[in-house]
Amino acid sequence: MKRLNLGAFAAISICAGAAAHAAQTDITVAMQLEPPHLDPTSAAAGAIDSVLYSNVFEGLTRFDADGAVIPGLAKDWEISENGLTYTFHLQEGVTFHDGTEFEASDVKFSLDRARAEDSTNAQKALFESMDTVEVVDPLTVRVTLSQPTGALLFNLAWGDAVMVAPESIDDIKSRPIGTGAFKFVNWVQGDRIEMERNSAYWGDAPALETATFRFISDPTAAFASVMAEDVDAFVGFPAPENLPQFEADPRFQVIVGSTEGETILAMNNKQPPFDNPLVRKAVAHAIDRQAIIDGAMFGLGTPIGTHFAPHNPNYVDLIDLSNFDPEKSRQLLAEAGLADGFTTTLKLPPPSYARRGGEIIAAQLREVGIQTEITNLEWAQWLEEVFRGKNFGLSIVSHTEPMDIGIYARPDYYFQYGKPDFVTIMETLNAETDPDARSALLKDAQRMIAEDHVNGYLFQLAFPTIANAKIDGLWENQPTQATDLTGVRWTE
Amino acid sequence: MLTYLLKRLTSLVISLLVASLVIFLVVEVAPGDPASFMLGLNAQPDTVAALRTELGLDVPRYARYFAWLSGMISGDFGMSYTYRTPVAQMIADRFWVSMPLSLMALALSTLIAFPAGLFAAARRGSAGDMGVMGTTQLGVAIPNFWFAMMLVLVFAINLRWFSAGGFPGWDDPLLALKALTLPAIALALPQAAILTRVMRSALLDILGEDFMRTARAKGLSARQAIWRHGLRNALIPVLTIIGLQFSFLLAGAIIIEQVFFLPGLGRLVFQAITQRDLIVVESVVMLLVFAVIVVNFAVDLTYAAVDPRLRART
Repeated sequence: MKRLNLGAFAAISICAGAAAHAAQTDITVAMQLEPPHLDPTSAAAGAIDSVLYSNVFEGLTRFDADGAVIPGLAKDWEISENGLTYTFHLQEGVTFHDGTEFEASDVKFSLDRARAEDSTNAQKALFESMDTVEVVDPLTVRVTLSQPTGALLFNLAWGDAVMVAPESIDDIKSRPIGTGAFKFVNWVQGDRIEMERNSAYWGDAPALETATFRFISDPTAAFASVMAEDVDAFVGFPAPENLPQFEADPRFQVIVGSTEGETILAMNNKQPPFDNPLVRKAVAHAIDRQAIIDGAMFGLGTPIGTHFAPHNPNYVDLIDLSNFDPEKSRQLLAEAGLADGFTTTLKLPPPSYARRGGEIIAAQLREVGIQTEITNLEWAQWLEEVFRGKNFGLSIVSHTEPMDIGIYARPDYYFQYGKPDFVTIMETLNAETDPDARSALLKDAQRMIAEDHVNGYLFQLAFPTIANAKIDGLWENQPTQATDLTGVRWTE
Repeated sequence: MLTYLLKRLTSLVISLLVASLVIFLVVEVAPGDPASFMLGLNAQPDTVAALRTELGLDVPRYARYFAWLSGMISGDFGMSYTYRTPVAQMIADRFWVSMPLSLMALALSTLIAFPAGLFAAARRGSAGDMGVMGTTQLGVAIPNFWFAMMLVLVFAINLRWFSAGGFPGWDDPLLALKALTLPAIALALPQAAILTRVMRSALLDILGEDFMRTARAKGLSARQAIWRHGLRNALIPVLTIIGLQFSFLLAGAIIIEQVFFLPGLGRLVFQAITQRDLIVVESVVMLLVFAVIVVNFAVDLTYAAVDPRLRART
């Protein structure tokens, strides 16, 4: 241990010789939720990607800070005329953290594992159209599809599609071995995960030498940990009411980015009276989005009018289709034969957007004559009752997966839309590879669900980060759940 | 004495068995499936089914109960559904935070309560007594999580003497103790207040007894009488409270562990309940029940040690 410290010291003094000040090279980043385990390819928990995406694990393609899909472990690729064959050329000289080489056979292993019969990949649908994955030579992989898939490169950038190796797969849940710029070192469950710079990294070496992720779930404790400077950054800070205090403090910087989380007032489209489009429209017009954003989120969040992220270039502003208009809402209810209103259930999962937002929405709906019985549920109960059991009238939830408008094509999805016309749009979209045509289809899809008022569209969830003012390079937005530390550095 | 011990041991084993059954049933009946929780909103039904098989959740309940019970007897608590590490290991890791924390808090509360209780009882009705009683009233009334937040505010945020929370591990015992100091104080003070009041009233009861008057008549001063004869006799109610408090501290530190983000047993249970990591919930609750029952058993034994009449009776 002593010797190691001396080595680190020497390295620092050499750096100090080059620059006037030796910048700090370690960082402690806090977040609210701890990953349940460390295999991003077999759980939906965003916390796994928040720690490991791009730091420890990499995929063939990846998201950059703006959400664009860029080459990752595949340096380039060719797509056949008919859009059915993708030939990926891999980066050279890539090794896993255990020293084994990253080769085409690892790509085949990773993709075959994710789409296998007994796969436990939470996003198995991403790989649905893959027919075969073949090793052409150690640095070339050919993926053949059963139908053209316009979103394939996007799909491969997800944390659920990262590259893993057969040599290390058995222990991946507690000892993740990837190809990334940081190596996993240690996990003290319940407290922290430590990683260090991967000296054999194939890409640009990161500025940080070590990184520690800590997990602090209580909002008050989160506030204290930042104020006491126990942590250098808190990503996804859970107490928006405290942000002004940090903004006023020169020690800190406050970054408010956006996420892929469309927060919706979900309506059970198959349960009366929500099977009547007039009633859904009435609910949509009864909602004052800004009041919810101000009241429940302390002003953080961007209003949305459809199930699409406003920062996406293909977003269409459709808020006017469901603007706040209680008078119109009452008229619509009368038209639907419910002039006296009705009573329904409002089932709320634990996050504060749902619990606080639920109270406000209940008050707004009461104004137009809709009474709600609020039930607070834990996530596991919510999944059982609302998501699987479809036993609900209304619910509030944020859909955090990127580009997930496709869920509206699933008739058995919990809000039960699945209109055939919409399914057709999605099928055409999946097969379409031309960017302009894709963009047009995406806009049609957004319009259709907004016009049908499938759900009440509330706001895009914001992502507040509080960091030491001297830290540079943290992601502002969350195009996917990630805390990419490869470009993070201390400025002095 | 031996029959006393045997009787107590039999009731201990029966209590544990009943507790295991109740815990298992209550936890299993709670709605929510660990596999669906793990896989989230986009998972396909066949993926959930595959994970249920992988976790062994498709085995009938009674079989899982017996597997769990027989495993526990041999010290094997099974595998956590979410963390996928042995539950026994996880519990052991967390135990080394929760146990020292409880012991520290207990020691602290006893160290405060004994002298304070003695002082108040010896000066019954004086200004000092009123002062102690007033302070304990306050101590009982203040919720410990609020007190914990105040400690953080003063000592971590303003004075920067301590960090706001977290636990560095036992590699450096001094750092570890330092990390447990604020949480232990937050846990201990309300307990100390209760214990002081019990100590005082127990002593006051004893002071009115004939044997105390006899002791004074023999020529002992009030202080000597309390010290030699009062204290020992006042110990039974005090021990009962300490026993209860220890169980409470071990199991009830959940909120304090949240405030100081300590990786202790309370937080483990809290997390496991959210994630429907049933086997972890069952095992930790079982362990806590075990601890409570064993502590009560130990308290019963100390009664017998302190009070010879109890030994004679059985």
